[in-house]
Amino acid sequence: MNLATADNQAGTRRAPFAAGTQTPVLKVENLEVTYYTDLGRAKALDDVSFDLHAGQKLGMVGESGSGKSTLALAMMRMIKQPGRIEGGTVTIDGTELMGLKDEDMRKARLSKIAYIPQGAMNSLNPVTRIGEQMVDAVKSHLNGQSRAAIHERCIHALKSVDLDPAVFRMYAHELSGGMKQRVCIAIGILLEPKVIICDEPTSALDVVTQRQVMETIDRVQKQINAAVILIGHDMGLMAQFVDKVAVMYAGRLVEISTVREMFTEPKHPYAQALISSLPNLDNKGVFQGIPGLAPSLLRLPSGCAFHPRCPYASDRSRSEKPKLKALPGGRMVACHLYDQDALNV
Amino acid sequence: MSNLLELRNVTKVYSRGVINANATIALQDISLTLKEDEPTIMTVAGESGSGKTTLAMLLLGFITPTTGEILYRGKNITTLRGKDKLAYRREVQAVFQDPFAVFNPFYTVDHLLTVPIKQFKLARTKAEARKKMEEALTAVGLRPEDVLGRFPHQLSGGQRQRINVARALLLKPRLLIADEPVSMVDASLRANILETLRNLQRDHGVSIIYITHDLTTAYHIAKSIIVLYRGGVMEAGDVDTVIKEPQHPYTKLLVDSIPWPDLNRRWGEQQIKVREGGGRSHGCPFMSRCPAAMEICKTQPPLYELNSHHTASCYLYSQQPEVVRERLSAFLPS
Repeated sequence: MNLATADNQAGTRRAPFAAGTQTPVLKVENLEVTYYTDLGRAKALDDVSFDLHAGQKLGMVGESGSGKSTLALAMMRMIKQPGRIEGGTVTIDGTELMGLKDEDMRKARLSKIAYIPQGAMNSLNPVTRIGEQMVDAVKSHLNGQSRAAIHERCIHALKSVDLDPAVFRMYAHELSGGMKQRVCIAIGILLEPKVIICDEPTSALDVVTQRQVMETIDRVQKQINAAVILIGHDMGLMAQFVDKVAVMYAGRLVEISTVREMFTEPKHPYAQALISSLPNLDNKGVFQGIPGLAPSLLRLPSGCAFHPRCPYASDRSRSEKPKLKALPGGRMVACHLYDQDALNV
Repeated sequence: MSNLLELRNVTKVYSRGVINANATIALQDISLTLKEDEPTIMTVAGESGSGKTTLAMLLLGFITPTTGEILYRGKNITTLRGKDKLAYRREVQAVFQDPFAVFNPFYTVDHLLTVPIKQFKLARTKAEARKKMEEALTAVGLRPEDVLGRFPHQLSGGQRQRINVARALLLKPRLLIADEPVSMVDASLRANILETLRNLQRDHGVSIIYITHDLTTAYHIAKSIIVLYRGGVMEAGDVDTVIKEPQHPYTKLLVDSIPWPDLNRRWGEQQIKVREGGGRSHGCPFMSRCPAAMEICKTQPPLYELNSHHTASCYLYSQQPEVVRERLSAFLPS
């Protein structure tokens, strides 16, 4: 594990946002996932495409049921029955994951792409020591490494998330929530993956611990220059942490912008509603929710799925699904309102 | 002016082991008064382990204080019997954190609402019960035809949480204890639930004790705030003053760590010291993490008066007049 040198590199070359010259480390194209339920087909991911450069942090926001976690699971190829990945590709560092054999995919998990699931801290095995679980993870990927080397790798990972090496010999119940969450991050970075997906890593933690955990993720991400996808619905956390924000609605990406563009000038009406519903210190006592309810994926409205709640809905929104189009400046938005501005690609 | 609820020097100690080797002070010497005729929203804030849920459990009568007493309308709640007990049970209601865990998945929503109606004999006929249910649901912004007769799994988290509020409302409570009611709910639905709670206080005269670790929502809904850390009151007062101008180092850390959805307001640079486990010493509970810790902090600091609506328990303000702990409520505007 060579975190020290990687740290220097990351310090000097942080990927610029609109890097046209660099090849992105992660490329997701036309990903589609459908759940075949007894009540009908639910399209949980519909034509999702985006890419991400090394060292970038992308925030994925949306209401519950908008497909954020499904996207993470699909990228890991961990969608279970009755769900199916219907199409699309996920390419990490030149390797296309969807075409891999099951055994190769198993090896790619954790070494190329790591996933820290929601409530990860509850996924630690209560009856084995933390160290054992970490060694397990390494062993299943790197055969033939000496015990000492594996041990050192684990200790190094623990240190890089600010945990005492003594944690290696502890059980999960001896740790606090924030410490358990950091153990999960340590496991995630054991093999220095190119892409780390964090699914609501701090939703059960209080603000101080939350800040500690996010600062830990930030630091290890810079050390190994990985791309990070942060899934969540806390826009405040996004403002503090990510470079880019992607907004999902009913299984589709509706906008991808830099965090500054998103907070100062959101384009998509749903993103606008999301931003204006945020609390701040100036508008005390004003509660502005988003009117209406999120649509059921089983009965999606025709055309743009947001049109029943949208103040700008037109006849065209009701009949035609808007595509995700690039606007000048590199941001992407899926809304008929911006058709004139969209670049013809 | 009579008091609805009064806490007198309440301390709760959890002890493990026969010889009392391991005692955790969950709540230390809290005195608090809620007036009967001034419905208010009071926030109790603090991180996990600060004793905020212990306080909720004490107020609901699920656990009894180790020392001190809790009076409801002047009567000690542990010795309430008969009619008084029933009235207390009806008038003090709770909304809990997890809207997914409080429903029995085998019953429809109606069950959750009819049980209290039967229990407290609120309605004489089925039609009257139905009408009461519909009124309560409408009051929290739900359409009765949308939710009645449906099973919990058919409803969203926000809908479920509002049904919980409706259930509490049905009983016409005087005091609602809301323990992290929005922490598991989508950001876009939070606004709706908070608004429901505020309307409950404004229109129905219900006092609310809002327990949370989220100072953003606390700021928006509450009038006064008490900041707890490891069972002790760190700072208390008017919510605007405490959150905009925090004085206690712990409150400063908390406010500094709020992820504001504002690009010009970043997280502070201040390094966070890790909390040490185990029991606490006799001094200021925050001492081990405090950047301004002094020698004197090894003894418990009293409350100091900062102004008429602001008090903090920290030796940094030792030139200010001291406040006896029993007078805490005087600093909380209603």
